[in-house]
Amino acid sequence: MLKVENLKAYYQTEMYGVSRNVRAVDGVSLELQKNEVYGIAGESSCGKTTLIRTLFGAFDPPLRVVEGTVTYSLDGESVDVTKIQGERLRQIRWKQVSYILQGSMSLLNPVRKIRKTFWDFTRAHEPITDAEKFEAMARNHLNRLGLPAQVLDSYPHQLSGGMKQRVAIALATLFEPKVILADEPTTALDVIVQRGVLQLLKRIQRETQSTLVIVTHDMGIHANIADRVAIMYAGRIVEEGRVKHIFGDPLHPYTKHLIESLPKIGDKSTRTSIPGAPPNLGDPPPGCRFHPRCPYAEPICRRESPHLAAVANDRRVACFLVTTKENAHVS
Amino acid sequence: MSRNEPLLVIDKVSKFYPVGGLFSRTRIAAVSDVSLTMAESGPEILTLAGESGSGKTTLARMVLRLIELSEGRILFNGRDITTIRTREEQMEFMRAVQPIFQNPFEAFNPLKRIDSYLTETANNYSVEGASAEQRINSALELVGLSVSGVRGRYPHELSGGQLQRVSVARALLASPLLLVADEPVSMVDASLRMSIVNLFRELKEKHGVSIIYITHDLATAYYISDRIAIMQRGCIVEIGPVGKVLMEPLHPYAKLLRESLLEPRADAAWNEEITLASIETEEFVRQGCKFAERCESRLPICQTSEPPYSVVDGREVKCWLYAGEGKKAVV
Repeated sequence: MLKVENLKAYYQTEMYGVSRNVRAVDGVSLELQKNEVYGIAGESSCGKTTLIRTLFGAFDPPLRVVEGTVTYSLDGESVDVTKIQGERLRQIRWKQVSYILQGSMSLLNPVRKIRKTFWDFTRAHEPITDAEKFEAMARNHLNRLGLPAQVLDSYPHQLSGGMKQRVAIALATLFEPKVILADEPTTALDVIVQRGVLQLLKRIQRETQSTLVIVTHDMGIHANIADRVAIMYAGRIVEEGRVKHIFGDPLHPYTKHLIESLPKIGDKSTRTSIPGAPPNLGDPPPGCRFHPRCPYAEPICRRESPHLAAVANDRRVACFLVTTKENAHVS
Repeated sequence: MSRNEPLLVIDKVSKFYPVGGLFSRTRIAAVSDVSLTMAESGPEILTLAGESGSGKTTLARMVLRLIELSEGRILFNGRDITTIRTREEQMEFMRAVQPIFQNPFEAFNPLKRIDSYLTETANNYSVEGASAEQRINSALELVGLSVSGVRGRYPHELSGGQLQRVSVARALLASPLLLVADEPVSMVDASLRMSIVNLFRELKEKHGVSIIYITHDLATAYYISDRIAIMQRGCIVEIGPVGKVLMEPLHPYAKLLRESLLEPRADAAWNEEITLASIETEEFVRQGCKFAERCESRLPICQTSEPPYSVVDGREVKCWLYAGEGKKAVV
């Protein structure tokens, strides 16, 4: 469905003759299948939002795609969104690939009723010939998602945060896109509403057999709805695998620590944070980017950067510790 | 450390806000008739949990004297804080009760250097026999930072986790007895979150500081707190020791909250779907139990009269299932 190869997206700035490269996405490769939920996890400023923006083809200077391709196969035709522009990109967006932004509940126009916003969104992609037909379509769509049709008559301020978020999701899925990109879709919501919203996303995904990419720092969300998870650290994917493998048997030291540091109900034993802080992406450390914080770092980790290598079915890890052990095991 | 009287007594406190226009004027209770006592014998961490709009922040703001009470009274160390009038009394109160807010980037003035911020706070709450410098030093050390690390730096130069620790240090300068922390870790990265949470634990255990910890992250609540109060639509529906309330919740709402928690486990995915409140303000003005509409084990009495508190298994539950007539109906 979607193939990303060696994608490098940098924020390039030049001020007073000093140029800076912030390597937010630095050599990411991944493949997504039809009808799958793919989670991207990582801390803030690890490049996960930049990655998803690039997947949507939404990059403006200073963000530039330096290298790599993002290829969708839509209706038997392959399209690289990093190469196309203007009208062609607009045709793909929303109808084929839609994007639920972080805090997309605040994108609803505050001075228009939800019906008008639906109208605007629809008209931007398809001419509306029949007002009654449009009304029926909007109502149908909301019904199918289990939202009351009265929301069409409300202004955004009359709705709660969770309802606004669900309306935003309804807007994003109006044309049954084949790929849904969701960036922190539930960050500002509380647990119960969060569950409702995720339930909705999952239901849409299942019904339309689409591909859902969900970016969030909340490991609990990944454990609950994703099929596969990629862990990002400092602009790179450090580990990727099926949910049960990532949570059951994490291989990369960063993933291990991340999962072990999460408190669980029923267990009061002391948890610790990973010492240190994520690196500055303008000047990342050489070699493996995690080595300054890694308790198992070896000399090679400081010199060379590990590749994301397949270690088993559906499992890729970028760590010398794992890959060399694995090689030793094989030979 | 034992005390004769509780540190904080919240006695039948309510907060009403008017809603509607000139003719259909009603009021909703953001907090309605809440009573609790805190730290009766030694310091404790009390969690206030619940969905957004459940009144937990409103309650905390009343404790901090940031908003006025509509009804009831709050006793801090035996003194009614609603009768504070003079500046001296207010200073004395603020010295003992300090807030920590959700977003450290909004809590600090971006144009002010952190060390000058701390110096100013230290001078506001001067302590005899210790210079401001010394106290800043020891407060920063306590949170795992150093003066040289923050000297001359502005808030944007620190990461969210560091800045949140600075805001804890700032609160500690007044050597408070009670910290009111409103979602202190929700803006902090997962890998650094536990360092803040562990800090709270240490403050309670080693320095005798009581903490009101507001969150909807039940996992960290379980990890650090002694007691937990689950709030829903302005009422405390269940309060008791954290192990009991979270391991085997009694109130249907507490059960729902517990089930909605996204646990980072390999086998987490939930199956059944839940219903969200569609029109929120309506729940506030409801007769009887405010959760009745969404409750699965609803009784006829729930829709007509408000349930009383009943003591079950070491905790207080506000639900007809455990009281009077309802209990008979179940049996």
